[in-house]
Amino acid sequence: MSNFSPGFHGRTHRFEGRLPPGQYPTESFPVLSAGPTPHVPTEDWSFTVTAEQGRARRWDWEEMMSLPQEEVTVDIHCVTRWSKFDTVWRGVSVDTFLDGVETTADFAVAHGEGGYTTNLPLEDLRGGKAWLVHTYDGFPLSPEHGGPVRLLVPHLYFWKSAKWVTGLSLTLQDEPGFWEAAGYHNYGDPWREQRAWSD
Amino acid sequence: MSAWHSARLVGRREQSRTGRTLLFDVPGWPGHLAGQHVDVRLSADDGYRAVRSYSLAAPARGTGIELGVQTVPGGEVSPYLAHELPVGAEVEVRGPLGGWFVWRPGQEDPVLLVAGGCGIVPLMGMVRSHRLEGSRAPMRLVYSVRDPGQVWYREELTTGTGAAAASRILYTRQAPPGSSRPPGHIGAGDLLPPEGAGRLPVLCFVCGPTGFVEHAAGLLSAAGHAPDRIRTERFG
Amino acid sequence: MRSLSLENTVTSLSHLDGNSLAGPLSQILSVDPTTAWRRCPRCGLTGSLAQLHVYGPEPGLTGRCPGCEALALRLVEQPGHLWLQMGGGQGAFRFPRS
Repeated sequence: MSNFSPGFHGRTHRFEGRLPPGQYPTESFPVLSAGPTPHVPTEDWSFTVTAEQGRARRWDWEEMMSLPQEEVTVDIHCVTRWSKFDTVWRGVSVDTFLDGVETTADFAVAHGEGGYTTNLPLEDLRGGKAWLVHTYDGFPLSPEHGGPVRLLVPHLYFWKSAKWVTGLSLTLQDEPGFWEAAGYHNYGDPWREQRAWSD
Repeated sequence: MSAWHSARLVGRREQSRTGRTLLFDVPGWPGHLAGQHVDVRLSADDGYRAVRSYSLAAPARGTGIELGVQTVPGGEVSPYLAHELPVGAEVEVRGPLGGWFVWRPGQEDPVLLVAGGCGIVPLMGMVRSHRLEGSRAPMRLVYSVRDPGQVWYREELTTGTGAAAASRILYTRQAPPGSSRPPGHIGAGDLLPPEGAGRLPVLCFVCGPTGFVEHAAGLLSAAGHAPDRIRTERFG
Repeated sequence: MRSLSLENTVTSLSHLDGNSLAGPLSQILSVDPTTAWRRCPRCGLTGSLAQLHVYGPEPGLTGRCPGCEALALRLVEQPGHLWLQMGGGQGAFRFPRS
């Protein structure tokens, strides 16, 4: 037993049980891009939920900010193998937006500014598992991380957490999104290492 | 289809504190054009592989190729290639790659080469190819660097003949003592056509970090060069 | 090119050129793709594949029109496969990789 640094266990032990297979922990917050970064002023931002029959509900920035706000601390996992622990976000539960929306849809497509899409089972957006977030670590979410508002679905790989989110379409059929249609897994569970289409 | 060739490191030369020239022997190398690049693949014991692209800095000498590697602090591949890969050891290369950002010795159009930092590498390949082939196309290199310590191929550029003799080095932060041009970013006045170009349309090649390329290509465009005659290659 | 290489681009917001697609596409094409001519179906701009704006390399390479940023192609490399999607639609080609 060393007399130095008693109680020091290094980094990996701290996160035992919290690191999905094939991932490594990072302190930084890498930015991945598939296009130019949109800069959307909050006064121009809006979010629309469109049910399968075409009925839509829309919230602008002020309406969204007047909804009940939650602060969540979660681990996030990127398919490019980095994981970041205890990230702190503030925003509105997706349940709040879906409340009162009449639907029999089983699937949803999240839309981001610039044409990005990602598909999820609607079930994965309900029950306190997903948020629209506008604050990261106490500060307004920056454009490169998806600000002013991004989707946060921490139990799936992070490409499902669409940046610059502008809408949610509820669909009867599952429709692969931007990366799902190009070889990434349709569901993307980091704990089952669902990276590629066939995993 | 480009296959992977094994490439043996046969020499390494210092270009700047962070820049290295790497000489490889690649059996079966088919030759290449100035401006082309290769992908270099490294394989770890556990099967992990990393691929990065590097520019060819000179015409092939038989099966010998020359790459320019700028180390990226904390990078996964470049510090290993620049400092650790032992001479005599092998990597894999795929190439030659690219057909757009190339200069062919038969071309007679006047050429303006604009390099920012280690963007000099593929353009040096063009300068050297121009000399080797005895090309009569007017060619001029404008090379922008932070300070005198960052100049790659210094001796060749300052004492060379041909297109190298017509090269001009610009300093953005710190110029050597006695320089007539104060340090500063490249401007419209720095990007004149090569001597002898007359009124002929010039073919421009711009290579460097993204910000540099955007800036220089913008200046060239504003000076009246047609968009399809401004060929660019950006670094990440 | 790329003495600085793709090494920084995971954390970079800027794009590269279509030149950087030469290696990945050489796995499935027998001619150099960077001189391929293209007309953008959205804005009508014409140019070569080398002039595309390329974002990535992770989670995949996204090539966009330099004029209007419309999607031109997406390329994803996986251990056994290379996925190529041309244009902005959903249908992709999956090629085997050796």
